[in-house]
Amino acid sequence: MERLTPGAWQIATVVGIKQETHSVRSYRLKLAEWVPHLPGQHYDVRLTAPDGYRAQRSYSVASSPLDAGEIELTVDRLPDGEVSAYFHEVLVVGDQIEVRGPFASYFVWRGEEPALLVGGASGIVPLMSMLRHRRLTSPGSAMRLIYSVRTADDVIFADELGEESFITFSRRPPEGWMGHTGRIDAGLVSRAAFGEGVAYVCGSNGFVETASGLLLDAGYGPQQIKTERFGPTS
Amino acid sequence: MADFVSRGFGGGRRAPEHLAKRMPPGQYYEKGFPVLTAGPTPRVDLASWTFKVEGKVVSPGEWSWEQVAGLGLEQIPCDIHCVTKWSKLDTSFGGVSLDRFWDRVEPRGGFAVARSTGGYTTNLPMEDLTGGKAWLVWEHEGTPLTPDHGGPVRLLVPHLYLWKSAKWISQIRVLADDYPGFWEANGYHNRGDPWREQRYWND
Ligand SMILES: Cc1cc2nc3c(=O)[nH]c(=O)nc-3n(C[C@H](O)[C@H](O)[C@H](O)COP(=O)(O)OP(=O)(O)OC[C@H]3O[C@@H](n4cnc5c(N)ncnc54)[C@H](O)[C@@H]3O)c2cc1C
Repeated sequence: MERLTPGAWQIATVVGIKQETHSVRSYRLKLAEWVPHLPGQHYDVRLTAPDGYRAQRSYSVASSPLDAGEIELTVDRLPDGEVSAYFHEVLVVGDQIEVRGPFASYFVWRGEEPALLVGGASGIVPLMSMLRHRRLTSPGSAMRLIYSVRTADDVIFADELGEESFITFSRRPPEGWMGHTGRIDAGLVSRAAFGEGVAYVCGSNGFVETASGLLLDAGYGPQQIKTERFGPTS
Repeated sequence: MADFVSRGFGGGRRAPEHLAKRMPPGQYYEKGFPVLTAGPTPRVDLASWTFKVEGKVVSPGEWSWEQVAGLGLEQIPCDIHCVTKWSKLDTSFGGVSLDRFWDRVEPRGGFAVARSTGGYTTNLPMEDLTGGKAWLVWEHEGTPLTPDHGGPVRLLVPHLYLWKSAKWISQIRVLADDYPGFWEANGYHNRGDPWREQRYWND
């Protein structure tokens, strides 16, 4: 019998699907060989066609490692995306999907304090694992979130964003919005930043470049800024 | 598990048929040039930048930007493969072979660690850095390498996953023993051969 090493491919079962926004859904997967992840880590997903052709992509875990036996992946559907569109168009509860993980121990939260999370669009996914895990284990610890989305319809995890969250609407704010509008800027960073501790920045390459530049200007050292880039965008 | 088939998956992003043989396992065909970096893009000033080769060598060396550029500009056509799953085929870089530096310093160790401005490191056996397999590059497809892609000067080791091609390179240290670099200490494979799909520790 094949021995399962950490990170070996395994077949997971879809046990829940939640529509988060018009283009984003969360998929709860049940794993036979589950190991607790660190908030921020990702899994690889592999799809195999009948002729043997395969496609792989990485997806961050959105859930807390306290959800034993299961992980939640939150997938933004890209137009014509090979793997993200498969999630959205094909997968239903009860389906099986091959995954391996958790991987990478750099963009992870191990309880660092204070922690500033900076997410653009679907870049919030690994940050949500950090927020959820903090809520369950150390709700008093200093953690804030800066979250940039285009419009009110694009806010993922809206019902879980509390006082620690500083949202900005880069395209169109909702009616009566009193908070920040437009792209992330120095003013927004200065309101949310702790000036010490660690910052986690995740999103498209353009977003990460802009946001980490603003953090450097705000006094964060390069070693205090951890980044994760999702999208081939340049 | 080779016989697992994903229900309803046909494969929407296959490489053109004549290129399929050049795609390592698990990679997809990307026309753009995405970015992977573990931190903010450092601001590198070419006027004060130098490239050092030291450690277990007969005579350590240090080169200014003018001296590196003065070694000539070789065109390096290649395919590149990123561990985040994309491969870019038929691209090209401009730079100089590391062999030119090895001729000068005479390495005496079997391993090396490349270091970047900003502190990033990656380890490679000398075998992967000698014999026309590795370059310092400062042009991509005929234009200066941009900072997000590792400019002004990066390492290029196209036969390994791209994290081995240290961006913003400033130093190579030759060592008697192997010592894990940044991603290699954070869960990624020590060697990183895309054709053997050496992505993570246990691969
Ligand atoms: C470590 C890591 C973690 C990730 N975590 C997540 C996650 O939690 N949730 C998530 O949704 N995605 C995540 N991603 C991105 C994910 O891996 C895929 O790249 C994404 O789902 C697109 O794959 P696809 O097969 O659908 O599209 P593809 O078929 O690969 O690409 C479709 C086309 O869209 C372009 N494209 C790709 N990304 C973007 C983009 N962001 N904006 C505009 N154009 C784009 C491509 O260049 C291509 O031309 C993560 C990536 C990494 C490296």
